[in-house]
Amino acid sequence: MALETPYEVKLEAFEGPIDLLLHLIKKNEIDIYDIPIALITEQYLDTVNLMQSLNLSVAGEFLVMAATLIHIKSKLLLPTPETDDQEEDDPRIDLVARLLEYQRFKAASEAFEVRESIWRDIFPRGDTEAPELLPEEIPISDLNVYDLIGALSDLLARRPDPIVMQVTTETLTVKEKMQLILESLEITESLLFEELFSKVFSRHTIIVTFLALLEVVRLGLIRVIQADLCGSLRLVKTENFGRS
Amino acid sequence: MEDHELKPIIEALLFVASDPVSLDRIHGVLKGVEKNRIKSLLLQLEQEFMLSNRGFHLLEIAGGYQFVTRSDLAPWIKEMERVRAASRLSRPGLETLAIIAYKQPVTRGEIEMIRGVDAAGVLKTLLDRKLVKIVGRKEVPGRPMLYGTTQTFLKYLGLSNLTALPTLKEFSEMADEASVEEAPMLPLGTIEPRVFDEEKSILESSE
Repeated sequence: MALETPYEVKLEAFEGPIDLLLHLIKKNEIDIYDIPIALITEQYLDTVNLMQSLNLSVAGEFLVMAATLIHIKSKLLLPTPETDDQEEDDPRIDLVARLLEYQRFKAASEAFEVRESIWRDIFPRGDTEAPELLPEEIPISDLNVYDLIGALSDLLARRPDPIVMQVTTETLTVKEKMQLILESLEITESLLFEELFSKVFSRHTIIVTFLALLEVVRLGLIRVIQADLCGSLRLVKTENFGRS
Repeated sequence: MEDHELKPIIEALLFVASDPVSLDRIHGVLKGVEKNRIKSLLLQLEQEFMLSNRGFHLLEIAGGYQFVTRSDLAPWIKEMERVRAASRLSRPGLETLAIIAYKQPVTRGEIEMIRGVDAAGVLKTLLDRKLVKIVGRKEVPGRPMLYGTTQTFLKYLGLSNLTALPTLKEFSEMADEASVEEAPMLPLGTIEPRVFDEEKSILESSE
Protein backbone atom coordinates (compact mmCIF):
# COMPACT_ATOMS: atom_id res chain seq x y z
CA MET A 1 0.00 0.00 0.00
CA ALA A 2 2.93 2.21 0.56
CA LEU A 3 4.16 1.34 -2.88
CA GLU A 4 1.34 2.77 -4.90
CA THR A 5 1.74 6.27 -3.55
CA PRO A 6 5.14 7.61 -4.60
CA TYR A 7 4.24 7.87 -8.24
CA GLU A 8 1.73 10.61 -7.76
CA VAL A 9 4.32 12.69 -6.04
CA LYS A 10 5.29 15.90 -7.77
CA LEU A 11 9.01 15.65 -7.54
CA GLU A 12 10.05 19.10 -8.56
CA ALA A 13 8.09 20.62 -5.73
CA PHE A 14 10.42 19.58 -2.95
CA GLU A 15 12.76 22.18 -1.68
CA GLY A 16 14.74 19.69 0.30
CA PRO A 17 14.63 16.60 2.45
CA ILE A 18 12.64 18.26 5.22
CA ASP A 19 10.08 19.48 2.76
CA LEU A 20 9.75 15.99 1.35
CA LEU A 21 9.35 14.47 4.81
CA LEU A 22 6.70 17.00 5.70
CA HIS A 23 4.87 16.17 2.52
CA LEU A 24 4.89 12.45 3.32
CA ILE A 25 3.65 13.12 6.83
CA LYS A 26 0.76 15.20 5.56
CA LYS A 27 -0.07 12.81 2.79
CA ASN A 28 -0.30 9.91 5.22
CA GLU A 29 -2.17 12.03 7.75
CA ILE A 30 0.34 11.19 10.37
CA ASP A 31 0.64 12.80 13.79
CA ILE A 32 3.89 14.68 13.56
CA TYR A 33 4.64 13.86 17.22
CA ASP A 34 4.36 10.13 16.61
CA ILE A 35 5.90 9.40 13.27
CA PRO A 36 5.86 5.77 12.18
CA ILE A 37 9.49 5.78 11.17
CA ALA A 38 9.43 2.50 9.27
CA LEU A 39 6.63 3.64 6.98
CA ILE A 40 8.04 7.10 6.44
CA THR A 41 11.54 5.81 5.83
CA GLU A 42 10.24 3.40 3.23
CA GLN A 43 8.27 6.07 1.40
CA TYR A 44 11.11 8.51 1.66
CA LEU A 45 13.55 6.05 0.13
CA ASP A 46 11.01 5.16 -2.58
CA THR A 47 10.74 8.79 -3.52
CA VAL A 48 14.48 9.33 -3.54
CA ASN A 49 14.91 6.23 -5.68
CA LEU A 50 12.28 7.50 -8.05
CA MET A 51 14.08 10.80 -8.31
CA GLN A 52 17.25 8.95 -9.15
CA SER A 53 15.55 6.74 -11.70
CA LEU A 54 14.21 9.84 -13.40
CA ASN A 55 17.77 11.06 -13.64
CA LEU A 56 17.08 14.01 -11.42
CA SER A 57 20.19 14.88 -9.60
CA VAL A 58 19.49 14.00 -6.01
CA ALA A 59 21.25 16.42 -3.78
CA GLY A 60 23.45 15.07 -1.05
CA GLU A 61 21.09 16.47 1.56
CA PHE A 62 18.44 13.97 0.58
CA LEU A 63 20.85 11.14 1.19
CA VAL A 64 21.93 12.54 4.54
CA MET A 65 18.30 12.57 5.62
CA ALA A 66 17.87 9.02 4.35
CA ALA A 67 20.77 7.97 6.54
CA THR A 68 19.27 9.82 9.50
CA LEU A 69 15.94 8.06 9.03
CA ILE A 70 17.57 4.66 8.83
CA HIS A 71 19.60 5.46 11.89
CA ILE A 72 16.48 6.41 13.84
CA LYS A 73 14.70 3.33 12.61
CA SER A 74 17.51 1.08 13.77
CA LYS A 75 17.63 2.80 17.13
CA LEU A 76 13.93 2.22 17.63
CA LEU A 77 14.37 -1.43 16.85
CA LEU A 78 17.01 -1.91 19.52
CA PRO A 79 15.78 -2.63 23.01
CA THR A 80 16.37 0.38 25.22
CA PRO A 81 18.85 -0.31 27.96
CA GLU A 82 17.15 -0.58 31.35
CA THR A 83 19.85 1.43 33.10
CA ASP A 84 18.90 4.71 31.51
CA ASP A 85 16.13 6.77 32.96
CA GLN A 86 12.69 6.32 31.52
CA GLU A 87 12.72 9.57 29.62
CA GLU A 88 15.71 8.51 27.57
CA ASP A 89 15.01 10.51 24.50
CA ASP A 90 13.01 9.22 21.69
CA PRO A 91 15.45 9.23 18.76
CA ARG A 92 12.75 11.01 16.78
CA ILE A 93 12.75 14.11 18.96
CA ASP A 94 15.34 16.07 17.01
CA LEU A 95 13.68 15.25 13.75
CA VAL A 96 10.27 16.32 15.02
CA ALA A 97 11.71 19.60 16.26
CA ARG A 98 13.25 20.27 12.87
CA LEU A 99 10.04 19.40 11.07
CA LEU A 100 7.99 21.68 13.29
CA GLU A 101 10.40 24.53 12.88
CA TYR A 102 10.53 24.17 9.13
CA GLN A 103 6.75 23.98 8.99
CA ARG A 104 6.46 27.27 10.83
CA PHE A 105 8.70 29.07 8.40
CA LYS A 106 6.96 27.47 5.50
CA ALA A 107 3.66 28.84 6.77
CA ALA A 108 5.30 32.23 7.25
CA SER A 109 6.66 32.16 3.71
CA GLU A 110 3.18 31.42 2.40
CA ALA A 111 1.89 34.50 4.17
CA PHE A 112 4.79 36.45 2.68
CA GLU A 113 3.76 35.25 -0.74
CA VAL A 114 0.24 36.56 -0.25
CA ARG A 115 1.56 39.96 0.76
CA GLU A 116 4.04 39.92 -2.09
CA SER A 117 1.30 39.41 -4.64
CA ILE A 118 -0.76 42.28 -3.24
CA TRP A 119 2.13 44.66 -2.88
CA ARG A 120 3.52 44.16 -6.33
CA ASP A 121 0.33 45.88 -7.51
CA ILE A 122 0.75 48.86 -5.23
CA PHE A 123 2.91 51.70 -6.41
CA PRO A 124 4.39 54.37 -4.21
CA ARG A 125 4.45 57.96 -5.36
CA GLY A 126 7.06 58.80 -7.94
CA ASP A 127 8.37 55.33 -8.39
CA THR A 128 7.32 54.46 -11.86
CA GLU A 129 9.59 56.49 -14.08
CA ALA A 130 12.24 53.83 -14.48
CA PRO A 131 10.94 50.41 -15.31
CA GLU A 132 12.53 48.52 -12.54
CA LEU A 133 15.23 46.23 -13.66
CA LEU A 134 15.56 44.25 -10.53
CA PRO A 135 17.87 41.31 -10.71
CA GLU A 136 16.18 38.24 -11.98
CA GLU A 137 15.56 35.32 -9.73
CA ILE A 138 17.91 33.20 -11.76
CA PRO A 139 21.33 34.75 -11.93
CA ILE A 140 23.41 34.21 -15.00
CA SER A 141 24.54 30.69 -14.68
CA ASP A 142 26.50 28.18 -16.57
CA LEU A 143 24.32 25.65 -18.23
CA ASN A 144 24.90 21.97 -18.34
CA VAL A 145 24.61 19.62 -21.25
CA TYR A 146 20.94 18.86 -20.42
CA ASP A 147 19.98 22.50 -20.79
CA LEU A 148 21.67 22.52 -24.17
CA ILE A 149 19.90 19.38 -25.26
CA GLY A 150 16.64 21.02 -24.22
CA ALA A 151 17.48 24.01 -26.37
CA LEU A 152 18.29 21.73 -29.28
CA SER A 153 14.98 19.95 -29.13
CA ASP A 154 13.20 23.31 -29.04
CA LEU A 155 15.12 24.30 -32.10
CA LEU A 156 14.32 21.12 -33.96
CA ALA A 157 10.68 21.39 -33.03
CA ARG A 158 10.47 24.94 -34.32
CA ARG A 159 12.17 24.07 -37.55
CA PRO A 160 10.64 21.05 -39.16
CA ASP A 161 12.67 19.53 -41.92
CA PRO A 162 11.67 21.54 -44.98
CA ILE A 163 10.93 19.68 -48.11
CA VAL A 164 13.79 20.63 -50.37
CA MET A 165 15.31 19.10 -53.35
CA GLN A 166 18.66 18.14 -52.09
CA VAL A 167 21.09 17.66 -54.83
CA THR A 168 24.37 17.52 -53.08
CA THR A 169 24.81 16.11 -49.65
CA GLU A 170 26.31 18.48 -47.20
CA THR A 171 29.78 17.58 -46.33
CA LEU A 172 30.36 19.80 -43.36
CA THR A 173 32.03 17.90 -40.57
CA VAL A 174 31.91 18.54 -36.87
CA LYS A 175 35.50 19.67 -36.98
CA GLU A 176 34.87 22.24 -39.70
CA LYS A 177 31.83 23.50 -37.89
CA MET A 178 33.82 23.89 -34.69
CA GLN A 179 36.26 26.02 -36.63
CA LEU A 180 33.41 28.15 -37.93
CA ILE A 181 32.01 28.70 -34.44
CA LEU A 182 35.38 29.74 -33.11
CA GLU A 183 35.95 32.04 -36.06
CA SER A 184 32.64 33.79 -35.64
CA LEU A 185 33.43 34.37 -31.99
CA GLU A 186 36.74 35.91 -32.85
CA ILE A 187 35.07 38.98 -34.26
CA THR A 188 32.40 39.33 -31.61
CA GLU A 189 32.14 39.06 -27.87
CA SER A 190 29.20 36.74 -27.71
CA LEU A 191 26.80 34.92 -29.90
CA LEU A 192 23.22 33.89 -29.42
CA PHE A 193 22.43 30.21 -29.55
CA GLU A 194 19.85 30.94 -32.25
CA GLU A 195 22.34 32.89 -34.36
CA LEU A 196 24.44 29.81 -34.59
CA PHE A 197 21.60 28.12 -36.40
CA SER A 198 20.28 31.07 -38.35
CA LYS A 199 21.57 29.98 -41.71
CA VAL A 200 21.18 26.32 -41.07
CA PHE A 201 18.26 24.57 -42.59
CA SER A 202 18.65 20.86 -42.66
CA ARG A 203 18.36 18.73 -39.57
CA HIS A 204 21.64 17.15 -40.48
CA THR A 205 23.48 20.45 -40.30
CA ILE A 206 21.67 21.47 -37.13
CA ILE A 207 22.92 18.35 -35.48
CA VAL A 208 26.44 18.72 -36.80
CA THR A 209 26.46 22.31 -35.55
CA PHE A 210 25.14 21.21 -32.20
CA LEU A 211 27.78 18.50 -31.84
CA ALA A 212 30.42 21.06 -32.72
CA LEU A 213 29.06 23.35 -30.04
CA LEU A 214 29.15 20.57 -27.46
CA GLU A 215 32.71 19.87 -28.41
CA VAL A 216 33.95 23.45 -28.05
CA VAL A 217 32.16 23.68 -24.72
CA ARG A 218 33.76 20.44 -23.63
CA LEU A 219 37.17 21.73 -24.61
CA GLY A 220 36.52 24.72 -22.38
CA LEU A 221 36.85 27.28 -25.17
CA ILE A 222 33.30 28.54 -24.90
CA ARG A 223 30.75 28.83 -22.16
CA VAL A 224 27.03 28.93 -22.56
CA ILE A 225 25.19 31.26 -20.23
CA GLN A 226 21.63 32.31 -19.70
CA ALA A 227 20.50 35.56 -18.14
CA ASP A 228 17.12 34.41 -16.93
CA LEU A 229 15.05 31.30 -16.81
CA CYS A 230 13.38 31.72 -20.16
CA GLY A 231 16.02 33.90 -21.73
CA SER A 232 18.06 33.03 -24.73
CA LEU A 233 21.26 31.10 -24.47
CA ARG A 234 24.40 33.01 -25.20
CA LEU A 235 27.81 31.73 -26.13
CA VAL A 236 30.78 33.53 -24.70
CA LYS A 237 34.50 32.97 -24.92
CA THR A 238 36.35 31.59 -21.96
CA GLU A 239 39.84 32.57 -20.92
CA ASN A 240 41.09 29.52 -22.82
CA PHE A 241 39.65 30.82 -26.06
CA GLY A 242 42.77 32.31 -27.57
CA ARG A 243 44.91 29.34 -26.73
CA SER A 244 43.33 26.92 -29.12
CA MET B 1 -1.10 76.55 14.35
CA GLU B 2 -4.50 75.03 13.94
CA ASP B 3 -5.08 71.50 12.74
CA HIS B 4 -6.61 72.73 9.51
CA GLU B 5 -3.38 74.63 8.81
CA LEU B 6 -1.05 71.81 9.78
CA LYS B 7 -2.74 69.06 7.88
CA PRO B 8 -2.09 70.52 4.40
CA ILE B 9 1.53 71.09 5.34
CA ILE B 10 1.96 67.46 6.30
CA GLU B 11 0.14 66.41 3.18
CA ALA B 12 2.47 68.52 1.06
CA LEU B 13 5.55 67.08 2.74
CA LEU B 14 4.34 63.58 2.03
CA PHE B 15 3.49 64.52 -1.51
CA VAL B 16 6.96 65.71 -2.48
CA ALA B 17 8.78 62.79 -0.91
CA SER B 18 9.36 59.69 -2.96
CA ASP B 19 10.24 57.59 0.06
CA PRO B 20 8.30 56.96 3.23
CA VAL B 21 8.59 60.02 5.49
CA SER B 22 9.14 59.27 9.13
CA LEU B 23 7.37 61.00 11.97
CA ASP B 24 10.74 62.34 13.09
CA ARG B 25 11.34 63.97 9.75
CA ILE B 26 7.99 65.71 9.81
CA HIS B 27 8.68 66.78 13.35
CA GLY B 28 12.00 68.18 12.15
CA VAL B 29 10.07 70.51 9.86
CA LEU B 30 7.21 71.34 12.21
CA LYS B 31 9.47 71.88 15.18
CA GLY B 32 6.97 73.56 17.42
CA VAL B 33 4.38 70.83 17.06
CA GLU B 34 4.31 67.87 19.40
CA LYS B 35 4.96 64.49 17.88
CA ASN B 36 1.76 63.09 19.28
CA ARG B 37 -0.21 65.76 17.55
CA ILE B 38 1.55 65.12 14.24
CA LYS B 39 0.88 61.45 14.66
CA SER B 40 -2.80 61.97 15.20
CA LEU B 41 -2.98 64.32 12.21
CA LEU B 42 -1.30 61.64 10.12
CA LEU B 43 -3.90 59.16 11.24
CA GLN B 44 -6.64 61.63 10.35
CA LEU B 45 -5.15 62.07 6.90
CA GLU B 46 -4.89 58.33 6.54
CA GLN B 47 -8.58 58.01 7.39
CA GLU B 48 -9.62 60.82 5.08
CA PHE B 49 -7.86 59.32 2.10
CA MET B 50 -9.22 55.92 2.89
CA LEU B 51 -12.80 57.08 3.14
CA SER B 52 -12.83 59.26 0.08
CA ASN B 53 -12.79 57.61 -3.29
CA ARG B 54 -9.18 58.34 -4.17
CA GLY B 55 -6.78 56.55 -6.47
CA PHE B 56 -4.22 56.45 -3.72
CA HIS B 57 -4.04 56.07 0.01
CA LEU B 58 -1.71 57.09 2.75
CA LEU B 59 -0.08 54.15 4.47
CA GLU B 60 2.54 53.53 7.08
CA ILE B 61 5.35 51.64 5.39
CA ALA B 62 8.92 50.93 6.40
CA GLY B 63 8.92 53.27 9.34
CA GLY B 64 7.33 56.21 7.54
CA TYR B 65 4.25 57.46 5.77
CA GLN B 66 3.79 57.28 2.05
CA PHE B 67 1.16 57.75 -0.61
CA VAL B 68 0.59 54.53 -2.51
CA THR B 69 -1.83 53.62 -5.24
CA ARG B 70 -4.77 51.33 -4.69
CA SER B 71 -3.91 47.77 -5.64
CA ASP B 72 -6.98 47.36 -7.83
CA LEU B 73 -5.76 50.18 -10.06
CA ALA B 74 -2.56 48.36 -10.99
CA PRO B 75 -3.70 47.43 -14.51
CA TRP B 76 -4.09 51.10 -15.47
CA ILE B 77 -0.79 52.09 -14.00
CA LYS B 78 0.92 49.29 -15.82
CA GLU B 79 -0.78 50.35 -19.02
CA MET B 80 0.50 53.90 -18.74
CA GLU B 81 3.96 53.35 -17.37
CA ARG B 82 4.74 49.99 -18.85
CA VAL B 83 6.06 49.03 -15.49
CA ARG B 84 7.84 45.80 -15.64
CA ALA B 85 6.98 43.99 -12.48
CA ALA B 86 9.88 42.58 -10.58
CA SER B 87 9.96 38.84 -10.73
CA ARG B 88 8.35 37.17 -7.77
CA LEU B 89 10.48 35.35 -5.29
CA SER B 90 10.72 31.62 -5.64
CA ARG B 91 9.61 29.33 -2.83
CA PRO B 92 13.17 28.87 -1.55
CA GLY B 93 13.52 32.64 -1.74
CA LEU B 94 10.40 33.26 0.32
CA GLU B 95 11.28 30.59 2.86
CA THR B 96 14.76 31.95 3.32
CA LEU B 97 13.41 35.47 3.59
CA ALA B 98 10.94 34.34 6.26
CA ILE B 99 13.69 32.66 8.26
CA ILE B 100 15.84 35.78 8.09
CA ALA B 101 12.92 38.05 8.95
CA TYR B 102 12.07 36.12 12.09
CA LYS B 103 15.47 34.93 13.25
CA GLN B 104 17.65 37.90 12.40
CA PRO B 105 20.49 38.27 12.86
CA VAL B 106 21.03 34.81 11.48
CA THR B 107 23.89 32.98 9.81
CA ARG B 108 23.78 31.04 6.60
CA GLY B 109 24.45 27.86 8.54
CA GLU B 110 21.43 28.44 10.73
CA ILE B 111 19.25 29.01 7.68
CA GLU B 112 20.54 25.83 6.08
CA MET B 113 19.89 23.91 9.27
CA ILE B 114 16.23 24.88 9.14
CA ARG B 115 15.64 24.33 5.44
CA GLY B 116 17.95 21.34 5.14
CA VAL B 117 19.44 22.58 1.88
CA ASP B 118 22.21 24.83 0.71
CA ALA B 119 21.30 28.52 0.94
CA ALA B 120 24.15 30.19 -0.95
CA GLY B 121 22.30 30.85 -4.20
CA VAL B 122 19.11 32.00 -2.55
CA LEU B 123 21.00 34.32 -0.23
CA LYS B 124 22.76 35.88 -3.18
CA THR B 125 19.45 36.57 -4.87
CA LEU B 126 18.04 38.15 -1.72
CA LEU B 127 21.18 40.24 -1.30
CA ASP B 128 21.07 41.33 -4.96
CA ARG B 129 17.49 42.42 -4.55
CA LYS B 130 18.47 44.23 -1.38
CA LEU B 131 15.81 42.45 0.63
CA VAL B 132 18.46 41.31 3.09
CA LYS B 133 21.85 42.63 4.05
CA ILE B 134 24.87 41.59 6.03
CA VAL B 135 24.48 43.03 9.50
CA GLY B 136 27.67 41.77 11.12
CA ARG B 137 29.55 38.67 12.06
CA LYS B 138 28.75 36.11 14.68
CA GLU B 139 31.43 35.79 17.31
CA VAL B 140 31.87 32.07 16.97
CA PRO B 141 34.67 30.16 15.27
CA GLY B 142 34.83 31.15 11.64
CA ARG B 143 33.00 34.39 12.39
CA PRO B 144 30.19 33.67 9.93
CA MET B 145 28.29 36.59 8.49
CA LEU B 146 24.97 37.52 9.97
CA TYR B 147 22.03 38.45 7.78
CA GLY B 148 19.09 40.72 8.49
CA THR B 149 16.25 42.31 6.56
CA THR B 150 16.30 45.79 4.99
CA GLN B 151 13.99 48.75 4.46
CA THR B 152 13.46 47.39 0.97
CA PHE B 153 12.10 44.24 2.55
CA LEU B 154 9.55 46.25 4.54
CA LYS B 155 8.51 48.10 1.39
CA TYR B 156 8.40 44.89 -0.59
CA LEU B 157 5.81 43.40 1.72
CA GLY B 158 4.25 46.72 2.70
CA LEU B 159 5.12 46.47 6.38
CA SER B 160 5.32 49.48 8.65
CA ASN B 161 8.03 47.77 10.68
CA LEU B 162 9.15 44.32 11.74
CA THR B 163 6.69 44.11 14.60
CA ALA B 164 3.89 44.28 12.05
CA LEU B 165 4.74 40.71 11.10
CA PRO B 166 2.48 38.11 12.62
CA THR B 167 4.32 36.31 15.38
CA LEU B 168 5.95 33.01 14.63
CA LYS B 169 3.91 31.46 17.40
CA GLU B 170 0.77 32.14 15.42
CA PHE B 171 2.26 30.21 12.56
CA SER B 172 3.28 27.36 14.78
CA GLU B 173 -0.25 27.04 16.14
CA MET B 174 -1.69 27.09 12.70
CA ALA B 175 0.92 24.69 11.42
CA ASP B 176 0.25 22.36 14.32
CA GLU B 177 -3.43 22.28 13.67
CA ALA B 178 -2.80 21.63 10.05
CA SER B 179 -0.60 18.64 10.70
CA VAL B 180 -2.37 17.04 13.63
CA GLU B 181 -5.75 17.26 12.05
CA GLU B 182 -6.29 15.82 8.67
CA ALA B 183 -5.89 19.03 6.71
CA PRO B 184 -3.56 17.97 3.92
CA MET B 185 -2.27 21.47 3.31
CA LEU B 186 -2.14 24.66 5.22
CA PRO B 187 -5.30 26.48 4.32
CA LEU B 188 -4.13 29.84 3.12
CA GLY B 189 -7.19 31.59 4.38
CA THR B 190 -6.43 30.85 7.98
CA ILE B 191 -2.84 31.90 7.95
CA GLU B 192 -3.33 35.36 6.59
CA PRO B 193 -2.07 37.65 9.28
CA ARG B 194 -4.49 40.14 10.78
CA VAL B 195 -2.61 43.16 9.52
CA PHE B 196 -2.99 41.84 6.09
CA ASP B 197 -6.75 41.48 6.35
CA GLU B 198 -7.17 45.05 7.40
CA GLU B 199 -4.92 46.36 4.69
CA LYS B 200 -6.63 44.38 2.04
CA SER B 201 -9.92 46.04 2.76
CA ILE B 202 -8.21 49.40 2.84
CA LEU B 203 -6.37 48.92 -0.36
CA GLU B 204 -8.98 47.39 -2.50
CA SER B 205 -11.27 50.12 -3.61
CA SER B 206 -13.42 52.13 -1.37
CA GLU B 207 -16.69 52.46 -3.09
